[in-house]
Amino acid sequence: MAWISPLLAIVLTALCGVVLFGAVGKDPLSSLAVFFYEPIRDLRGWSEVGVKMAPLVLISVGLAMCFRANIFNIGAEGQFVLGAIAAGAVALYLDDGTNGGFWLISVALVAGTLGGMAWAAITAWLRDRYNANEILVSLMLVYVAELLLSYLVHGVLMDPDGMGFPQSKLFSEGFLLPVVLPNTRLHIGVVLALAASILAWLYMSKSFSGFKLQVGGMAPRAARYAGFSARRSLWISMTVSGALAGLAGACEVMGPIGQLTPSISPGYGFAAIIVAFVGRLHPVGVIFSSFIMALFYIGGELSQSRLGMPNAITGVFQGILLFSLLACDVFIRYKLAWRK
Amino acid sequence: MDAIAPLIAASVNAGTPLMLAALGLLINEKSGVINLGSEGMMLVAAVVGFAVAIETGDTSLGFAAGALVGMLLAGFFAWLTVWLGANQIATGLALSLFGAGASAYIGIDYVGKSLHGGNYGVPLLKDIPFLGPALFQQHPMVYLSLVLCATVAWFLQHTRPGLVLRSVGESPSSAHALGYDVRRICLLALLFGGGCCGLAGAFMSLVYTPMWVEGMVAGRGWIALALTTFATWRPLRVLLGAYLFGGITILTYHMQALGAPIASQLLSMLPYLATVLVLVLISRNTNWIRLNMPASLGKYFNPNT
Repeated sequence: MAWISPLLAIVLTALCGVVLFGAVGKDPLSSLAVFFYEPIRDLRGWSEVGVKMAPLVLISVGLAMCFRANIFNIGAEGQFVLGAIAAGAVALYLDDGTNGGFWLISVALVAGTLGGMAWAAITAWLRDRYNANEILVSLMLVYVAELLLSYLVHGVLMDPDGMGFPQSKLFSEGFLLPVVLPNTRLHIGVVLALAASILAWLYMSKSFSGFKLQVGGMAPRAARYAGFSARRSLWISMTVSGALAGLAGACEVMGPIGQLTPSISPGYGFAAIIVAFVGRLHPVGVIFSSFIMALFYIGGELSQSRLGMPNAITGVFQGILLFSLLACDVFIRYKLAWRK
Repeated sequence: MDAIAPLIAASVNAGTPLMLAALGLLINEKSGVINLGSEGMMLVAAVVGFAVAIETGDTSLGFAAGALVGMLLAGFFAWLTVWLGANQIATGLALSLFGAGASAYIGIDYVGKSLHGGNYGVPLLKDIPFLGPALFQQHPMVYLSLVLCATVAWFLQHTRPGLVLRSVGESPSSAHALGYDVRRICLLALLFGGGCCGLAGAFMSLVYTPMWVEGMVAGRGWIALALTTFATWRPLRVLLGAYLFGGITILTYHMQALGAPIASQLLSMLPYLATVLVLVLISRNTNWIRLNMPASLGKYFNPNT
């Protein structure tokens, strides 16, 4: 039953799309095709969907864990940015133009993972030590992270030969993630994302630690009575989700982007919140919802050229999708009855 | 001295949207509902208010439209959370994400347009040396927000409906047992909150900047949420906090203008870091928070069970 409501929500969002496109005088059906058919018309399209899915799956797997533990880490966008900064800085430091390869790429990816983890650990620490609300703290740190990135690419990490453009040097070939599908941009990050999803699923469903995490989220009092540590859950879920978001950021700059720029994320960290909920907070479920979200992203890009509609339409659909899901959940959980 | 007056004026100006939004959110939270959609409501209200003001040429119509659209969104939020029992945190986030997307979409045609800033002032008082330029040459909404602050404080502490509102936030089942319509009270509180966030958003695009830029609210909705905690749910402390944050914002601009040897990005971090600091300082005393926070904040109340 639980899976009906995401499906209904997607249908409902598509219907809202029909109404919206109709209202601005576009042909609704061909407009919908831009979102749900054109992105996956050929192999190249599928590979682009995969490129968008990789960060979304990585981040939302971690967020699903957090939300199950009732820890609201809303700042994945900031952890993503920090991961990108750390990986990018390490790659730029090691890069001499000729080296690279498996080990050095791994070092940069680990640096990104640690960067995201450290950024999330700030929130966890302030929550643990000072009881500061993790929603607001992690969100404030998003703005700080974005400003930090902007500061760095305007300063120490700026390309000296870049004619003053606020961006870093392009990483050389040896520091770019290997591509899994020839002649596309589909990089190894998508494999890492699938692996993360399966590992998280094993952790949540098969391990005692994952069980304790979920009890703490569903019934904090029962967890306390059983002697499950709430602090442990907080630290585990925050650091794991931060690490995954950091890894996503690292993959993004060392994959499709190939350098550090002031705007490296089209809101993946926030979209992943929706992805996590639509995926029923299930580490494997988020793969399916990431697919839908990736379609929204690519459809938004296409709609600029095909429909003359702004890219911002993606954000509108994202919001509508989450609203629909929350409303559908209620109608599935409860039976409608007319008041006598 | 003459250099300080414009700084004070600018700080008050920058603090006003924070205060408007935080007062609305305070009333929300006093009824036991937490609305994380403030950022989204402010963004949509900012763009709608701006569009209406551009099309009609009337700023006050812009404010009215902003407040109205804020109430509309808050009404939708109330339907989902108070009637359908959807998770308040998730729904609020949805509202914020939706607001970010929708405002960018609506605002495409209004990027780059700007309203002419007007000259305002309180007659007579505005000509007082120092005090005039510092305090009495503001947009009327600034003074209205002060009146609103006093009204909210008086309403909560000295009126019967204020007492009922607080009781709903503390123990909805008791209020229900006494015959009060808990859902309707929550709805009214949320509508008020949405209206205030709408005014705050409209103030951003109509007075503070005055133009529309995508994402221009820049976290002020979230800072306003933090302010309610900072103020331990007391209106007069909201006023203090809002002007403090306004002051920090203006100080960062001013230091940039003076050419302080610190990068502008690092200075711009200050309001966000200050928010974190303030949350830490206030929240570290758990007893204090527990004493002041509405007891049933964030919990769904179903009167039919």
